[in-house]
Amino acid sequence: MKPESAKPKIAIALGATCSGCDYSLLDLGPSLLDVTDAVEIVYWPTGIDSKLEDLEAVEDGSIDLVLFDGAVVNEDNLEMARLCRKKAKSLVAFGSCGAYGGIPGLINTGSPKKILLEVYQGLPSRSDKSEPLKFEGEGALPKMLGQAYALDQVVDVDVYLPGCPPPLKLVSSLFGDVLSGKPIAKGTYYASSRSVCYECKRVKENKDIATLHRYHEIQPDPKRCLLEQGIICMGPATRGGCEAVCCNQNQPCRGCLGPLPNAEDSGSEMMSALASIVSLSNESKDSDYSAIFDDINDTIGSFYTFTMAKSLLGRRKVE
Amino acid sequence: MKRVVINPATRLEGHAKIAIIMDDRGEVQEALFQTVEFKGFESFCLGRNAEELPVITSRICGVCPWAHHMASLKATDALFNAPPPPTALKVRELAYDAFLVHDHSAVFYALAAPDLLLDPDTPRAQRNILELVKRIGRDTGAKVLALRKAASDILTIVGGRATHPIFGCPGGISRGLTKEDIAAIKERSRQLIELAELTNKVFEDTVASKKEFIDLFNTDAFVNRSYYASLIGRDGKIGFLDGDIRVIKPDGSVLEEFKPNSYQDHFKETSLPWTYMKFPYLQSVGWKGLAEGEDSGVYRVGPLARFNVANGFSTPRAQAKFELFRETLGSPAHQTLAYQWARVIEIIHAAEKVSELVEDPDLGGAEIRSPIGKPGEGVGVVEAPRGLLIHHYRANEMGTVTFVNLIVPSTHNNSGICLSVKKAAKHLVKGTDIPEPVFNRVEMLYRAYDPCLACGTHALPGSMPLEFELYDSSGRLLRSESRGT
Amino acid sequence: MSERKRLRIVALLCRWCSYAGADLAGVSRTKYASDVLPIKVPCSARMDPQLVIRAFSEGADGVLLAGCHPGDCHYLKGNYKALRRFMLLKKYTSQMGIEDERLRLEWISASEGARYAEVVNEMSARVAKLGPLNWRREIPIET
Repeated sequence: MKPESAKPKIAIALGATCSGCDYSLLDLGPSLLDVTDAVEIVYWPTGIDSKLEDLEAVEDGSIDLVLFDGAVVNEDNLEMARLCRKKAKSLVAFGSCGAYGGIPGLINTGSPKKILLEVYQGLPSRSDKSEPLKFEGEGALPKMLGQAYALDQVVDVDVYLPGCPPPLKLVSSLFGDVLSGKPIAKGTYYASSRSVCYECKRVKENKDIATLHRYHEIQPDPKRCLLEQGIICMGPATRGGCEAVCCNQNQPCRGCLGPLPNAEDSGSEMMSALASIVSLSNESKDSDYSAIFDDINDTIGSFYTFTMAKSLLGRRKVE
Repeated sequence: MKRVVINPATRLEGHAKIAIIMDDRGEVQEALFQTVEFKGFESFCLGRNAEELPVITSRICGVCPWAHHMASLKATDALFNAPPPPTALKVRELAYDAFLVHDHSAVFYALAAPDLLLDPDTPRAQRNILELVKRIGRDTGAKVLALRKAASDILTIVGGRATHPIFGCPGGISRGLTKEDIAAIKERSRQLIELAELTNKVFEDTVASKKEFIDLFNTDAFVNRSYYASLIGRDGKIGFLDGDIRVIKPDGSVLEEFKPNSYQDHFKETSLPWTYMKFPYLQSVGWKGLAEGEDSGVYRVGPLARFNVANGFSTPRAQAKFELFRETLGSPAHQTLAYQWARVIEIIHAAEKVSELVEDPDLGGAEIRSPIGKPGEGVGVVEAPRGLLIHHYRANEMGTVTFVNLIVPSTHNNSGICLSVKKAAKHLVKGTDIPEPVFNRVEMLYRAYDPCLACGTHALPGSMPLEFELYDSSGRLLRSESRGT
Repeated sequence: MSERKRLRIVALLCRWCSYAGADLAGVSRTKYASDVLPIKVPCSARMDPQLVIRAFSEGADGVLLAGCHPGDCHYLKGNYKALRRFMLLKKYTSQMGIEDERLRLEWISASEGARYAEVVNEMSARVAKLGPLNWRREIPIET
């Protein structure tokens, strides 16, 4: 075993997270110990008793790999993101929240500050005497920002490990590279540069959808492409690396690994693809296509579940 | 006045700080467990397709995603009027029990054990699972991880992966189990039992059989007399997926018992300025501030609550441990640190249930989904590992979500956590030069509850009035709903 | 024309019909609002929802999509695809708060110069009433 000082330093910091990304590391099983033996964990509030002052005390730029798990939604997250950037040699957006905003990004359909005001301060309550939240002075709560941000919208990011949670194979791949000392190019995504469809074992025959179905409305044929059966599947517009696990479980891909290389907005890519293949055999002068889209009431949920914050529009119109 | 802040709270899920305020004599005046995160699920789930809620709400928490997923499935089963067929229910139950093993064991080894199995004065840098592995030996550490991996393998077989499963569907499950799946689960079920027994042995040898620990548990500063709430089956045994909600008084007698659907008549919430997490209380007793005893509406949920509310387990090995627990600590047990013991005993029950359910001939049945009816309203309640979890939804005729209410275990326990931390701080933190391990002992109190603060601060208050108005892009009011006003 | 700030309405015009129609309006010296930025595309099918969203994201106040009448597409079915993409895109832009008048699809043939001017004037007036969109993709961080 290398002496402590020669081991790469690692930190796992948390933003607006569900902790699924760092918690899922335990599922690496015994091979996790190969990683922990070979590194020095400098900061990881979930697993060790490192406090903020420990992270602040390390030399700037001295932590070889900082995994930032979560989106940036309040001032504490923002400070943590900036601190991580300062202390990291290589900063990783860990999980779809860090990479794209993830599920917390859905708060961009409204405004966190407005919701907070409605929720905690504005409403009279029938039976209690709630006091308003305190945001100033000693002991104040961290303020909400105006929206949710992906990590690279607030600081410079070196590496991306998307997924909700990132598939363990991809996580192992990153750790493997770090431990072997392999240099990781800035801007690397630990995910496939080809779409989920390449990894999906379903049979693809003929893209011509007569009717769209929400996935709970029908029990799809387990062997055939879900999109061909009329279920909106984000596979064609999403990076692979997950072995199409959702499709294997008879559910559509929901796009958590994010857009393919050179595509900035997977939602609109998918809308384009989908609209092109519905009603393909029923295109005529007098066709009315509105019925086929009747069932789609939530384009945000259907196409931008995980990528709202990084989408081209980014957030609902600011009032 | 002096303020000492423990930042961040460690070995729990989520963001919290503890602010300890002391006067000039070095006495603790106030200790505030501040939850410092907020996400907004109950708000941004509005406008979503109702069938997506089990997928979205799973992301409330990456440690207990199956709990949210299951509560959400039950709520959407009801919302779509689609009671699942027997095979689907059995697979769901098996998965849930594997999940309980998966979650509870991680909590014990990674979050709690460093306090219980290492010397309490261990320096901060060593007080963690990695040091624990060094002490007990790498082989043993690897073995524990391998045994626990059997649980995550089962979850992967059934749900695609252990974290954020791709599993359920309103009305059932999305993929049935093959013969090979069931054989693989059965093989691993033995490892679950092994993990459960090993964990209990460790706990009993190092904690439960040691007088100094039982004395620690019984120390008045760490005992909080409160009400308790949990699901209870018809047989009065601990159950996680069905039943009514029962609330007992600090003396152990029953206060009330009601159907999960009427939770809003029994639990109310208030908020305080220094934390994002709300404070539920029993409506019938009332909010008297952060206080213990029969006059205060504070109640607790989770393993300790389940042990106090129910009369035992339906599986033999767990039942034997349950009896030992009661013999040692009495009933109802108000010793907050005893949550840790109840938790490891539940691992045995969950492992026994997996072994039992995997033998069911219906498990691989073909009928896994019920047809969907018209969307309406649904309440789904489960006992999450950390306690009572409520998901309540309404959707319009298009299946678009119009109302979401979530009350999660760590929110139910917020008062308990704050009370426990304050009482312990007052007892332990004194004077000026306070050694660092003292602060850790204060932190041990919240760790007993195994808080999950991403869960606790998902968003909106449970019973506060809410008005929701939906406008189209030209400013025309399309829909307006209100509750509780 | 009243004095108001010039808007930026991006117009994707198919070269076979709509762009020719726009040309005709010009050659006929028909007066119409100057807010439109015409972009010639081979077919209305070239309209990719991402182009439209990018336009809004980067400062467009409105987007006009114009193609051949159904049945007249030079590539036979391009405009049918354009129509379907437009329908789905409209749902999305509405949900994101972009007002209805800002995104419009019209069939304009090569001989319909007057129609082109009419559409442009109508759309410009409606969008002017709403004001500039000034889409903010990210709220800048204050601290």
